[in-house]
Amino acid sequence: MKFAVLAFPGSNCEMDLYNAIEDIIKEDVELVSYKNDSLAGFDAVLIPGGFSYGDYLRSGAIARFSPIIPALQDFAKSGRPVLGICNGFQILTEAGLLPGSLQKNVSAKFICKTEPLVVNNDHSMFSSAYQTGQLISLPIAHGDGNYYCDQDTLRELVANDQIVFKYANNPNGSVDNIAGITNKAGNVLGMMPHPERAVEAMLGSDDGKGIFQSIVNHIKSRGVIYE
Amino acid sequence: MALAKVYVNYKKSILNPEAEAVHKALKRLGYGDIEDVKLGKYFELTIADGKSKAEIDKEINEICDKLLANYNMENYHYEIVETEAAQ
Repeated sequence: MKFAVLAFPGSNCEMDLYNAIEDIIKEDVELVSYKNDSLAGFDAVLIPGGFSYGDYLRSGAIARFSPIIPALQDFAKSGRPVLGICNGFQILTEAGLLPGSLQKNVSAKFICKTEPLVVNNDHSMFSSAYQTGQLISLPIAHGDGNYYCDQDTLRELVANDQIVFKYANNPNGSVDNIAGITNKAGNVLGMMPHPERAVEAMLGSDDGKGIFQSIVNHIKSRGVIYE
Repeated sequence: MALAKVYVNYKKSILNPEAEAVHKALKRLGYGDIEDVKLGKYFELTIADGKSKAEIDKEINEICDKLLANYNMENYHYEIVETEAAQ
């Protein structure tokens, strides 16, 4: 199977993601420029962290109008896995592929540390390698990671089991301790923590590996590799 | 030419830690009577001649909805002023 890693001006985690897939997950992976207008031939799309367009206006607000976005929206509609990490999560909310938005951390500080997370749902295509209730540790590094949605949206997220990861000790003020959510269809995940920075013991933890492994398992168990 | 002055600010339900930091700084400076601080964004868009008032309204609303404001957490309002170049 083949992963696409999108790269926007100001992305800074695309090589971490690329290496995580190539060296650890050992699947095909290709960097795809924001200028492209097609995602044909890929089975899953990863949107990296960073500061696309310098976070001007709002995080993700300008990247959301890149030439690649219509192809990403079509890809998401087709039901194939899309994972946005950190700035990738912000781009997905701005692009309307995920509900809610990411605000300034409640402390107004940039937070860079490893945080314990609770796996809230182990039956998504991104979390099947974990068990519900399992505690994992992943690095976070963000200034705008405070997930916000209104109460109606939150009720829907809960009712549809869209909350995949929660913070054990909410570091940024997120509603309902939310660290990662999927869309209603379950094939688009946005999360602020960085699983690609925790894929081997040398990095301090390999707790993040399961997310990529879950995607691979999902694609391969379907027995269909998309053209 | 016309100038659109667009103001974008957070909805009341949204915390604004940056504005709170400014508010605290004002208190430290002795301005205890300042009860609230809002900190948003201000844009000036210069619009080429040739559009009616209604067309400009439609365009500015579209621009705000699409890009300048995130309806999830922000509100906007704007005013259109004629600039000297048009007179």
